[in-house]
Amino acid sequence: MSKFGLITKGLVKDNPTFVLLLGMCPTLATTTSAMNGLSMGLATLFVLVLSNMAISALAPAVPDKVHIPVYIVVIATFVTVLQFLMQAFVPDIYATLGLFIPLIVVNCIVLGRAEAFANKNSVVDSALDGIGVGLGFTCSLTVLGAVREILGSLSVFGWKIPGTGDGMLAFVMAPGAFIALGYLMVLFNKFLAKK
Amino acid sequence: MVLCLFGTCLFCSAVLGGVYALTKEPIEQTNAKILQTAVGQVLLRNADGTDIKEGTAILEAPDVLEMDGKSYEYYTQVENDKPVAYAIKSTVVGFGGPLTLMVGISADRKLVLNTSVLAHSETPGLGAKCTSDEKFMSQWKGLQLESTKLEVQKPVKDGIDAITASTITSKAYTSAVANALAAFDKIVAGQTVSENAEEAVLEETNNVEQEVENE
Repeated sequence: MSKFGLITKGLVKDNPTFVLLLGMCPTLATTTSAMNGLSMGLATLFVLVLSNMAISALAPAVPDKVHIPVYIVVIATFVTVLQFLMQAFVPDIYATLGLFIPLIVVNCIVLGRAEAFANKNSVVDSALDGIGVGLGFTCSLTVLGAVREILGSLSVFGWKIPGTGDGMLAFVMAPGAFIALGYLMVLFNKFLAKK
Repeated sequence: MVLCLFGTCLFCSAVLGGVYALTKEPIEQTNAKILQTAVGQVLLRNADGTDIKEGTAILEAPDVLEMDGKSYEYYTQVENDKPVAYAIKSTVVGFGGPLTLMVGISADRKLVLNTSVLAHSETPGLGAKCTSDEKFMSQWKGLQLESTKLEVQKPVKDGIDAITASTITSKAYTSAVANALAAFDKIVAGQTVSENAEEAVLEETNNVEQEVENE
């Protein structure tokens, strides 16, 4: 597969949110606004790219029996590094995403890519795969966040549409997350099928 | 196999230790700045009448008051050797976890000067609005304690208007302010000489605490 194809695959055909339905917990919980979705997506992208690279470099030396613990340790390390960095430099975003940052450790996208791709491909390919899937996740979360923010709070990236009221609160809450995700999934797959 | 896992863990721990050492100072600075800003936001003006600018409020080590098994850190703003306002840190349990506020109360017990959220884990887009909802936050700015009840009311008569769809957070927020006010009463009671027996007892307990602190 071409290097470029590795990136677009994660964005469209193997989109982690709309096609593979991976990482649903952070997807539903953090997309209350476009900005939150974007931040969560970028945080996951950071961990995904680095852990993919580290794991693809380590994989040949890791015995099969302990490969899952080793991968988890590697992923947890990057997540903790990310946590320190966010706490130090973007405390506002860290405060908003809170618990969901440490939970990236158990995000099935990250471990999934390590198992399905990184441990049998080169470091460069794994990095590209991480970027592709990470971007796919980021875009999906941002779109979902934007839709929920527009319907729920009548604002776009924190900018309130002038002259509007409160919006449909359900969309900021959990039920709205499921509804919005469902409809976006339908639209996304309809678009894919046409191609 | 064991070696591999051990080695990975050892290496990762070393990396984390390094990153921790590197980011420790920025994290502390960021936290100190958040605290300074919060104290600055909730207190009165500087002695010369100028606004306390963001991050310029001078922080000395806070005093601590123990009450009902909770400890309240507080900062006193002094003007002409008399306290004019207190910034009291108050923590309650909100909807998603601890909710920590800095509450500014004027020394004459007439006004809540302002409140500021130090830390929270409320739902993004709902309870988390307690840090951004203009309508909710402005209620606390210069809140008249004599004419306003510290309780969430629907519809609002003489109390606090809740954030839409975040009643639990609003109630927790309000109780944090009420707790800060109770702590304020105890702080002041410990400072003024009173003939009232009950207050004298309070004073005694405060003195004991101060002695403990002095040690």
